[in-house]
Amino acid sequence: MLIWFSVLADWLVYDLLGLSSQNQLGQAVHFFVEDTTKIFALLIVMIYAIGWLRASLNVERVRDYLSGKPKVVGYGLGSGFGAITPFCSCSSIPVFLGFTSAGIPIGITMAFLLTSPLINEVAILLLFSLLGLKVTLLYVLTGITIGILGGALLDLLKAERWLQPLAAKAYARGQLSTATAIPPGQSSTQAASTMGWQQRHQFAKSETVEIFGRVWKWVIIGVGIGAALHGFVPAGWLEANLGDGQWWSVPLAVLMGIPLYANATGVIPVLESLLLQGVPLGTTLAFCMSTVAVSFPEFVMLKQVMQWRLLALLFVLLLVSFTILGWVLNLV
Amino acid sequence: MKIEILGSGCKKCTNLAADVEQVAKGLALDFELEKVTDMTTILDYGVMSTPAIVINGVVMSAGNVPSHAEIELLLNQANNTQ
Repeated sequence: MLIWFSVLADWLVYDLLGLSSQNQLGQAVHFFVEDTTKIFALLIVMIYAIGWLRASLNVERVRDYLSGKPKVVGYGLGSGFGAITPFCSCSSIPVFLGFTSAGIPIGITMAFLLTSPLINEVAILLLFSLLGLKVTLLYVLTGITIGILGGALLDLLKAERWLQPLAAKAYARGQLSTATAIPPGQSSTQAASTMGWQQRHQFAKSETVEIFGRVWKWVIIGVGIGAALHGFVPAGWLEANLGDGQWWSVPLAVLMGIPLYANATGVIPVLESLLLQGVPLGTTLAFCMSTVAVSFPEFVMLKQVMQWRLLALLFVLLLVSFTILGWVLNLV
Repeated sequence: MKIEILGSGCKKCTNLAADVEQVAKGLALDFELEKVTDMTTILDYGVMSTPAIVINGVVMSAGNVPSHAEIELLLNQANNTQ
């Protein structure tokens, strides 16, 4: 089915625009047209479909479900829900406080918040359509693992010591009473379990409009960079410089990813080109995760609930785990 | 009536505040609108997904930007129970 986008690009670029399929410019433009049309079409279809499925899932229900769960299963569940629950990153702070005051351990809450930016429907969809099933599965598994291990480690270190007063208050509140800490009647203001077709359609439609409106420009930027890499960087140059055998290329990729704050939509098209140019998989995925998950604005926001020490710990934790992940994947 | 818009100040919250103000004016309601960014207050309302609409201390919607028609419904509902 996806071959149609290649045919479309052939027609647009080679026939209509009259560019040659033999030179670099023609190839780069073809790559750009094929990928943007393909990604746009997939995004619209998939965001709608996923929105439909998860319309009745929200952070309030996740919180109610997670509170009172033992830690052993809690990390996995927190991380898993982080991957599938729709919520705006501007809600991170209220979610953190809400979970904490419901008595959910910091580690489980952080497993939820760490996995959430790493794995989302747009990222998975793009990985799958551009890079295939194997890479997608690896990405999802490592994302969830980082959430679980990160959460467990924070609990081991008793991270609740390093909360800001506001969050410490929420934490104390959560410890006083157990699962019943949630004020009755406030737990789900949105109509909960029973959702009609009409409501699901409404939710899916608004999700599609909202997410697409937010990410389309990133797709263009990402594919543009990818196309430039594809067409103009001499084949083998990246491979020679960032290829196997250079252990430092992974931490370098992670560090480079930090200031490049983009969302997954913009980065994944670049990954495709990096891989095609022979950059190893581990280095590429480490770069991707670092770009997507570690951002200064996000960390500044978390400052409201966490002390510097905890923030720094989190920062180092993420960088180290992305680096290790990169090394391991480069070996296999 | 007292309308509060809870949120961290992101774009959605500003949009919602503008929408609610417009609809409330259209209904010729007697209201005051306040944007709440203080996390303690938001936590006290038990709200986790912003933006949220609170009318006279009751959380009416959270986590989404409702359409004008839905906002009108919420405002009328709150106005009738006053």
